[in-house]
Amino acid sequence: MDIKDIIKPENRVYAKTPVLTSNVMHYCPGCSHGTVHKLIAEIVDEMGIQEQTIGISPVGCAVFAYNYVDIDWQQAAHGRAPALATATKRLHPEKYVFTYQGDGDLASIGTAEIMHACNRGENIVVIFINNAIYGMTGGQMAPTTLEGMVTATTPYGRRADLNGYPMKITELIAQLEGTCFVTRQSVQNPGSVRKAKKAIKKAFENSMMNKGTSFVEIVSACNSGWKLSPVKANEWMEQNMFPFYQLGDIKDR
Amino acid sequence: MAEKILLKGNEAIALGAIHCGCDGYFGYPITPQSEIMETLMEEKPWETTGMVVLQAESETSSINMVYGGASCGKKVMTSSSSPGLSLMCEGLSYLAGAELPCLVVNVVRGGPGLGTIQPGQGDYFQACKGGGHGDYKMIVLAPSSAQEMYDFVGLGFDLAFKYRIPSMILADGVVGQMMEKVELKPQQPRWTNEEIVKMSSDWATTGKTPNRKQNVVTSLALDAVVHEELNHKLQQKYVQMEEEDVRFETLHCEDAEHVIVAYGCMARICESAVEQARKEGIKLGLLRPITLSPFPRKEIDRLVPQLKSMMSVELSAGQMIEDVKLVVNGRIPVNFFGRLGGIVPSPEEVLEAFKKSI
Repeated sequence: MDIKDIIKPENRVYAKTPVLTSNVMHYCPGCSHGTVHKLIAEIVDEMGIQEQTIGISPVGCAVFAYNYVDIDWQQAAHGRAPALATATKRLHPEKYVFTYQGDGDLASIGTAEIMHACNRGENIVVIFINNAIYGMTGGQMAPTTLEGMVTATTPYGRRADLNGYPMKITELIAQLEGTCFVTRQSVQNPGSVRKAKKAIKKAFENSMMNKGTSFVEIVSACNSGWKLSPVKANEWMEQNMFPFYQLGDIKDR
Repeated sequence: MAEKILLKGNEAIALGAIHCGCDGYFGYPITPQSEIMETLMEEKPWETTGMVVLQAESETSSINMVYGGASCGKKVMTSSSSPGLSLMCEGLSYLAGAELPCLVVNVVRGGPGLGTIQPGQGDYFQACKGGGHGDYKMIVLAPSSAQEMYDFVGLGFDLAFKYRIPSMILADGVVGQMMEKVELKPQQPRWTNEEIVKMSSDWATTGKTPNRKQNVVTSLALDAVVHEELNHKLQQKYVQMEEEDVRFETLHCEDAEHVIVAYGCMARICESAVEQARKEGIKLGLLRPITLSPFPRKEIDRLVPQLKSMMSVELSAGQMIEDVKLVVNGRIPVNFFGRLGGIVPSPEEVLEAFKKSI
């Protein structure tokens, strides 16, 4: 059998969606951002909503999300993405509007914006990447950094008495009447990727049903920030992050 | 015959917004301008023109909602007063950097800090010299009547969209709170989504269609060469607006030997002072900048050779006077009179100060 006999459309098992651009990603090998970007691009493609989708990118590593997902984007000031999304969705109720935010952006500097957008029940999707560290600025403590975790600004480990406690903002968000779907997912292996994709797709579908805000946290690896190899980072995440940030749906109605 | 009704300056802003086809207002209550949002909520324009009105959780959020709405190519605005504007400065810098058109109303009160809810003009520097970080300017309109509060909403949007930069109405507590007759204009329709796509298809986030590249609204440009180009492009806009969109009014300047420069509510007070001076045989004139940015430099420059002195009169410790002095460049004395703390001087007080200055 010749190779030409194998490379045929009917034998194809996977193709990159055209909504995901061919730009070389600036993310470190082992980073979860690329996987989540791919899921969003696939969902936009599968739902046929490229013309109807507007993304709001944050400040942080994902500031360049617009280089990889081929839709219209607004790049927000640090933490303010939910405010941009609020206005965009209210002025364009027929559009799918989502924010893509990291833990510093969403759970630290942008707490007011995310709380109030969710409390108003804006019909938007929030994708929250929680890797417990500031990636872009070089590995400083995040609001979600675990106790004892070493970062550039907690060189002896995070101490609750000095630095406060790691924040479970997703549980706080779930308390708000305005949210309809709050879930915590991960993307470190094929099974978790499939589950995360299902959750993100549901969140996008919700945003056209007038049910309120859908909030999807992805517990993510930042192997560069954590100073671990990609494989070790995934292991560390499973052993340390998952017991504290437990996966699964927190609210679904 | 156009309809004339009695309105507070702040109410005139609200009606001006609805009538000029504004798409969205996002704001946070603060004295002395809360009537703007209150009037909008009472008018319920979402039931008539479809305009969105939303009370945000903060001024920070308001200005970022404006950023989101402006990114869609929509006519969106916010309003606040001095301390609120300080919170918005981050957003204004981003709006300027991302080349977004919008309208921001500042009904200025006395500062610094929480200051006073009485009128002030101490935000001139913040409005005209930046406020936020980076090299940017805005269109800054200074209304001195309820009618101008009404008219400048539409004008502010027109200029914002002409240059794709933020416009500001820099009012003060007096102009916001005083009641005057206002002539209303016919209702302008809001732009349809199709019209917006046609006008803004090369930049606005209206949804990526197969026939165009994705639109990305951002103020980020990490490449130094690209970023310098962006900055030069912004500076070009500021040069153009100085050539094409300077607005001012003069009173008795033709034969004047002395000219007072004043804006907003102070221009109204100085008008009376100038008329009184003329009765007394003093050749005093008034120059009222309507656009504080771009500043009427050419007009001041044209007047200087015929003058013995100029005086800047402000509700501040002296801010606009710096721009007057830059144009005068030492050729004649430039004097100053101002009151602080929310105290508004009478015409007699201004005239007295002028007489002492010469």
